[in-house]
Amino acid sequence: MLEAWEFIVRRPELLAEWVVAHLWIIFVAITIAVILGVILGIYITGKGKEQIADTVLYLAEIMMTVPSLALFGLLMLLLGSIGLKAIGFLPAVIALIVYGQLPILRNTYTAIQAVDPAMIEAGKGMGMNEKQILFKIKLPLAVPVIMAGLRNAIVLIIGIAAIAALIGAGGLGSPIFRGLRNARMDLIIIGGVSVSILALIVDSLMALVERRVTPKGLKVKQ
Amino acid sequence: MIKLENLTKIYPDGTVAVKEMSFEVKEGELCVFLGPSGCGKTTTMKMINRLIPITSGKIYIDGVDNTKIDESELRRNIGYAIQEIGLFTHMTVGQNIETVPALKGWTKTERRKRAEELLELVRMNPDEFIDKYPNELSGGQRQRVGVARALGADPPILLMDEPFGAIDPINRVELQSEFLKIQQKIKKTIIFVTHDIYEAIKMGDRIALMKEGKLVQYDPPANLLYRPKDEFVEGFVGADRALKGLQLLRVKEVMTSPPPTAKVEERVEVIRERMEQEGIDSFPVVENSGKLIGLVAESDLGKGKVVKDIIIPSSTTCTVNAVLNEALSVMLSSGLKTLPIVSEDSKLEGVLTFDAIQKALHEAVQTGEKK
Repeated sequence: MLEAWEFIVRRPELLAEWVVAHLWIIFVAITIAVILGVILGIYITGKGKEQIADTVLYLAEIMMTVPSLALFGLLMLLLGSIGLKAIGFLPAVIALIVYGQLPILRNTYTAIQAVDPAMIEAGKGMGMNEKQILFKIKLPLAVPVIMAGLRNAIVLIIGIAAIAALIGAGGLGSPIFRGLRNARMDLIIIGGVSVSILALIVDSLMALVERRVTPKGLKVKQ
Repeated sequence: MIKLENLTKIYPDGTVAVKEMSFEVKEGELCVFLGPSGCGKTTTMKMINRLIPITSGKIYIDGVDNTKIDESELRRNIGYAIQEIGLFTHMTVGQNIETVPALKGWTKTERRKRAEELLELVRMNPDEFIDKYPNELSGGQRQRVGVARALGADPPILLMDEPFGAIDPINRVELQSEFLKIQQKIKKTIIFVTHDIYEAIKMGDRIALMKEGKLVQYDPPANLLYRPKDEFVEGFVGADRALKGLQLLRVKEVMTSPPPTAKVEERVEVIRERMEQEGIDSFPVVENSGKLIGLVAESDLGKGKVVKDIIIPSSTTCTVNAVLNEALSVMLSSGLKTLPIVSEDSKLEGVLTFDAIQKALHEAVQTGEKK
């Protein structure tokens, strides 16, 4: 423990570098994951798409069960075979997008499905078109649940991103694996504890955002 | 004016929901679609604003084929209220009411002014409620907001699908009466769907009774009650149709007016004499202004010297616009044989007795059957 602290005091710039690299991967991955997940989630709530919805959600669930190490390996092969960079940032981001998909996708889908049909019926009856119903009714009501999914996804991939260091993506996984190879307990502790602290901080920040974006009408007591 | 012509709805699975329905709803009338569930009343209503596509036949609104009007445009000019209300929970009461005006592109100030007017109309204080959220309201209040929202952009036509169906019986009766008062002011052409015969009789200028997708009888409530077209109608209105007819009569048409009254300083002997003369066992007591303050009953006459000593301060009354069955139930539950009838500002207008009710009912049944 003490050694870990001494290391931080001695080389703070190294820790900062790892944290920044870690955050950057997460940021890029989650941004893309949200856009993809929400759009796909909205798409599969459409009329007559129940079959597609089932399939998509099932696939997303299966992807979650693939061990991260295997997925990283798989992506290296895949990207290599089509001539893209097989190690580093790109496969890491792609893998994290895949892992972040399910919570976002599932929450978007369920939240929109859960909107009271009476509200949609009333909206239609008053002359709203599909787009107005989506943007004025469905999405505002779904936002809190989508945000909860996003929170889930972020915390999840902050952890998984540590493993991405194995394929050369850098971040807080680097000290952990270096420590493992060289029996350096201090490095393992620095990496591990930092990942946890990061997850906690990001999670509480997201909780604040979630509260902010929840429509006031949904917060009032019944 | 809404005109249905051979209107038919057949679902893809072959179910015939509505079959060759033809009739006309006159401007400014409240037309009730009545019938057991599955009779096609809601389907028929929803074909008017095209929430359900028509299979064959036509619906004309003021002479224009409704399939020739842009769908959104059509719906924005037809108010729509449903049993589940469907208030948008993430919007305030004001924003909910402003939905259609906003879709139509009214300015913010115009919209807000309209929302305030409509809240007044449904008897909710705008200052108190306009910025509240639906989750903060009671069921009855939500229903009122639902009606206000349907009236948002002042549409000439209103479609209401069991709008008071989810409200408890006491509040429902009140909302019905209030809505009738509103309708007297706004004179909209209204389609009102219900399966409740009492509601239909009370609300409707005309009732379209449906069965298995077909129109069985289209008539004013009195005709439906006293001149049923066939056995189905007779069964539907029930054996107690004479009692149901009580809803068609208003208190003011039946009450004794001007009523015999007593003043607080009158002596009991005088009152006793007058009661014997008129054959009534109690008199309403009024102030000089005509305001009702209580009753004096024959059985109490021995207990004092002047009316003041034996007055029963009474709050049990009915207003002139109440329907007869409401008045009757007040009389039965309070035990009053003579019910004082007051105007909206609680001035005494008349008295209602069992004899008068019986007579009126007898006349109604007879004229109905003679027609």
